[in-house]
Amino acid sequence: MTVLAIADHRRGDLRDVSYELVSAGRQLADATGGDLHVAVISGDVDEFGEKLNLDGVDAVHTVANGEEFNHDVYAGAVEALYAEVEPAVLLMPNSVNGLDYAPAVANALDLPLVSDAVDFSYDGGLTATREMYGSKVETTVDVDAERVAVTIRGGEWPATAGTGDAEISAFDYEPDGELGSRVLGFEEVAGGDVDITDADVLVSVGRGIEEEENLELVEELADALGATLSSSRPIVDAGWLPPNRQVGQSGKVVTPDIYLAVGISGAVQHVAGMKGSDTIIAINTDPNAPIFDIADYGIVGDLFEVVPELIEQFN
Amino acid sequence: MKILVTVKEVAEVEDDFEIDGLGIDEAYLEYDLNEWDDYAVEEAVQIAEAGDDVEVVSVTIGPERSEETIRMALAKGADRAIRVWDDAFEDVQLLDVAAKTRLLAAVVEQEQPDLVLTGVQAADDGFGATGVSVADEVGFEWAAVVNELDLDAEGGVANVRRELEGGVEELTEVDLPAVLTIQTGINDPRYASLRGIRQAQRKEIAPMGLDDLGLDASALDSPIELTGMREPESESDATLFEGDAGETAAQLAEVLREKGVGAQ
Ligand SMILES: Cc1cc2nc3c(=O)[nH]c(=O)nc-3n(C[C@H](O)[C@H](O)[C@H](O)COP(=O)(O)OP(=O)(O)OC[C@H]3O[C@@H](n4cnc5c(N)ncnc54)[C@H](O)[C@@H]3O)c2cc1C
Repeated sequence: MTVLAIADHRRGDLRDVSYELVSAGRQLADATGGDLHVAVISGDVDEFGEKLNLDGVDAVHTVANGEEFNHDVYAGAVEALYAEVEPAVLLMPNSVNGLDYAPAVANALDLPLVSDAVDFSYDGGLTATREMYGSKVETTVDVDAERVAVTIRGGEWPATAGTGDAEISAFDYEPDGELGSRVLGFEEVAGGDVDITDADVLVSVGRGIEEEENLELVEELADALGATLSSSRPIVDAGWLPPNRQVGQSGKVVTPDIYLAVGISGAVQHVAGMKGSDTIIAINTDPNAPIFDIADYGIVGDLFEVVPELIEQFN
Repeated sequence: MKILVTVKEVAEVEDDFEIDGLGIDEAYLEYDLNEWDDYAVEEAVQIAEAGDDVEVVSVTIGPERSEETIRMALAKGADRAIRVWDDAFEDVQLLDVAAKTRLLAAVVEQEQPDLVLTGVQAADDGFGATGVSVADEVGFEWAAVVNELDLDAEGGVANVRRELEGGVEELTEVDLPAVLTIQTGINDPRYASLRGIRQAQRKEIAPMGLDDLGLDASALDSPIELTGMREPESESDATLFEGDAGETAAQLAEVLREKGVGAQ
């Protein structure tokens, strides 16, 4: 059974998930004694192709077309590669770019789509593990089809290293007609007053704070601890803190000595930005909140009761 | 111009809950408008308020109960709504992306909107795929994870920002008609006013079954079957402090001090 995995890159670098896709793809290929093909589309594909010649990769397909991701190019190229390689499993990343082409490809190829898989096994057919209800529930789904498209969640498989002996070949693909979408450029979200990636201690606040005026309470805590204030996304969405304070997949990746998560559930996109912190502490009313899975210390309790007591301890 | 907004009523699980077979017991579920769809509705309504002659139609796939949620979209300014449901849905264990695509694509073909807005993902099943899949099915252009939209309806393009990872945004121009999947933070969703809620009672929610959409029960067929549901095993080795707020705070303070926090 052949597996075809599509690498992800941005601004000249392969993204981590590309190396994870190789591990995930190898896992499936091993289960069936099949081959693992990896494809990389756009950008410096020669350099990317060399880098993707990793342990366990049988073939690398390079598709030179433009500098950066364009979903029309990606969708067309993946469909053409699929026709050539005829994989049983088409693996793509559940990254922001994956969200922008994988569903179109699955639909165009009439493949069932299992998105955001965190694990899978193969026993005659694919069984994938997915999460629901913001990671509160884990499900398994069986796919009763000969071929399937799967997108994988970043950070769930180890990154593959070690050079392999893959055959690297160029695959010609030219989109027919004009592209319906055109990438015009990139912009960095504005910096602002503080750099949360510099802080040794972060007090991070989430939706549990309920109201903007309650932010004062966590500001007071941050002051008392000599910490910097950061937050989960809903706080920034609401305009209560500027974007440069947001921790997570679309915000900043932080690695402080101490990360104190106050009223934050620990959604996967948040955890992506803070799981590398040395010591993680959570204060949350919900004992099942996923943040406790990665926390070193925790208080199951109401922040409006615990935080004032904690401030007291340091004043 | 016509804008179609897809909305979904999603279930939220209470802090304590029990799994019953392949589902969660109703007693532990609360229903609400999907967070991402709320922003999509707001974006559509703001476009309508800024321009002449813009109709906002919202569509949902859901049982009768979900009318409560779809009325939220009407109360916030959508002009009318469509609710897709059929007896055949009762037996469906999992409505996968392909099935949703067939249903919503049929609605798009009937309504012929210039723009379709959906949420990036639904908070319950989290497929994050329906909008882009529908775009492919109906031959529209698309953009996923949009956090800014500047529509040039006359020029036939939407200028969008796509929010990538790590605080980087992509500026992209997309031809209309298009499907855009909307990210939270793109706007500031309004609360439904009392007047809006009253008006919503008089707005139309058209029921549509498979027949009305020119489909049959095979549209719901899915090779993806839900086979297990469980609470994730906690790999946590977290030390949980016990006691009342004062006691837990004191224990946490001790740990923090040991690590050098607060020692100025
Ligand atoms: C493409 C994409 C990118 C994203 N990027 C990011 C990102 O970069 N960063 C990010 O954070 N999110 C991101 N998100 C959003 C993410 O999915 C979650 O919606 C978000 O992280 C939830 O934030 P939260 O934990 O503050 O809120 P919730 O999930 O609502 O959690 C609030 C928590 O507070 C607890 N609580 C409530 N009241 C109290 C109280 N009185 N005392 C103590 N605890 C209480 C609750 O039990 C709950 O666990 C992204 C989503 C998508 C789709």
